[in-house]
Amino acid sequence: MSILLDTSARVVVQGITGRQGTFHAQRMAEAGTNVVAGVTPGRAGAAVDGLPGVPVFNTMAEAVSDTGANAACIFVPPPFAADAILEDIAAGLELIVCITEGIPTIDMLRVMPMLQASSSRLIGPNCPGIAVPGANVKVGIMPWEIHAPGRVGVVSRSGTLTYEVVQHLTDSGLGQSAAVGIGGDPIIGTRFTDVLELFEQDDETDGIVLLGEIGGGDEEQAARFVRERVTKPVSAFIAGKTAPPERRMGHAGAIVSGSEGTAAGKEAALREAGVRVGDTPREAVELLAAQLR
Amino acid sequence: MKVHESDARQIFADRGLPVPPSRVATTPNEAAAAAAEFGGLVVVKALVLAGGRGKAGGVKLADGAEAARDAAQQILGLDIRGEGVRRVLVAPAVDIDREIYLGVTIDRERQSAVVMASAAGGIDIEEVAAATPEAIQRIEFDVARGVEAWQARAVGFALGLGGRQVLSFIRILDGLVRVFMECDASLAEVNPLVVSPDGTLWAIDAKLNIDDNALGRRPELEQLRDADAEEPAEARARDAGISYIKLDGDIGCMVNGAGLAMATMDVVKHYGGEPANFLDVGGGAGADRVSAAFAIILDDPNVRAVFVNIFGGITRADEVARGVLAARESMPRAVPLVVRLMGTNEAEGLRLLADAGIQAERSMDAAARLAVEAVQ
Repeated sequence: MSILLDTSARVVVQGITGRQGTFHAQRMAEAGTNVVAGVTPGRAGAAVDGLPGVPVFNTMAEAVSDTGANAACIFVPPPFAADAILEDIAAGLELIVCITEGIPTIDMLRVMPMLQASSSRLIGPNCPGIAVPGANVKVGIMPWEIHAPGRVGVVSRSGTLTYEVVQHLTDSGLGQSAAVGIGGDPIIGTRFTDVLELFEQDDETDGIVLLGEIGGGDEEQAARFVRERVTKPVSAFIAGKTAPPERRMGHAGAIVSGSEGTAAGKEAALREAGVRVGDTPREAVELLAAQLR
Repeated sequence: MKVHESDARQIFADRGLPVPPSRVATTPNEAAAAAAEFGGLVVVKALVLAGGRGKAGGVKLADGAEAARDAAQQILGLDIRGEGVRRVLVAPAVDIDREIYLGVTIDRERQSAVVMASAAGGIDIEEVAAATPEAIQRIEFDVARGVEAWQARAVGFALGLGGRQVLSFIRILDGLVRVFMECDASLAEVNPLVVSPDGTLWAIDAKLNIDDNALGRRPELEQLRDADAEEPAEARARDAGISYIKLDGDIGCMVNGAGLAMATMDVVKHYGGEPANFLDVGGGAGADRVSAAFAIILDDPNVRAVFVNIFGGITRADEVARGVLAARESMPRAVPLVVRLMGTNEAEGLRLLADAGIQAERSMDAAARLAVEAVQ
């Protein structure tokens, strides 16, 4: 099996009666994902367009007890999305993928201690989700048709940049073991290092592409992790080399992270850890391909 | 969103921080009147959102009304990192024995809210943090519980404060944590927190940044936005749900997703071009938002070609194609258009474009090269 997701996933779509929720529930089902239910408070019993067998519940607890669901995909609007995550943690879901963009950071800070005390795994928020082409399963919003089964793991802070690299991997014949968008927000459930560790352990992954961007210190942390713990080849692309210097957050930003979060600093840290860094997303794929052949 | 010091001082004072009184002046005469009201030594500070104003000559001490008038004369109209000074803040100066740094923010690495404090406050705090990180006291805290009194006390003593001062410090820290929580701040900072020779603590500066994601539930803070300090096109973009930052090049970029938008700029530059802007049209953008993005890009007179780079996930390629076609109808001026369109509903999007005579590219690299050629 690959990482995070396999054919045993029984997925509930939260916010399934909304425009995005319905559309992407359909796309997930088409890809082969076992979408077992939807949750929209106050809409229990509603029919979902194009998904006749999928029941809608008011609460996640009911969805879990009626369908044996073990995963959630959240399309709930930002003011209510952190609450949806807490509901999923309380319902004991193994995997929670939160697509929602724009959740207030303090709401996520409230979620973190609950998440850490639970056995749930949160991907996101503000992420495209997870795709595992070899198992015909995706939980998220990524276009399915660009994927192909393969042995390269993709981990990314950016949604659309993930698609870009997935497409290059498919075009070059390498395919993907799994593609994981961890999300672009400051507070996220699963980080580069978590996913790097999973790919390192995974028998179906031979190499890894890491996609970072300016800001924060996650790429530097990933570089340290690669140097100490990852034996498989890793290539990377860091977006934002030409971006204007980050609009400063006052003194505290630099004091907290101990780094300016520049593309140059991140690239240097990754290179020192033995990661091949491309100037473009395509080059990052080519550098990995050269190491795998 | 950054909040002006004058508003931040009020918000801090409302939560019990010892902030000296102050007045906002838009003319040298108003500054003189404020100085006369306070009497004695005052500080005159540029009210700008940009950092580094002290080093840019935007903060001056003045003894009496005439000196305050002169100081305001010099500061008003300064350009501090691209921001014109239209107002100054006048406040009584406080005698300084020591300067402490105190801030509450988010630690991404530890995924937690954090209080930071240092006995070495003032404008060189970043250098202190880089050279001697152990000189920074930290309290990571659960936002559901706040900071416990014993934690605040321990930091107070570590800063070298005496018994009575530690009690004031605990109240100040408690107030600053309340600011952070009640304002959905990404940063609430007092630098410096001054210890005066008589031992009193004063918050003589107030910095407050609000989490943009939380402004929807903080309308009272949204009202504090200074629209005049923003690039007009950037404000217009924000109102349309678009992230836009103007740059100096000539290739206008319209992209979905911040990461791909930055990568698009990088790739344009890689092939010898200069991006005119960063633009993330946002997830799930419909035809209307795409049209609005076009209008914003083309308002920049430097733009000589537009590069549309869309890889749809939650955004649907057919919606984008409709937006591109609508925008092309109403383009205020004709510039070469390079479209790269892939992802969700790609086939329908490509068909719409092809019917209108637009041959979309499949590769970002190839499209970037075409955009660069178009302006050469």
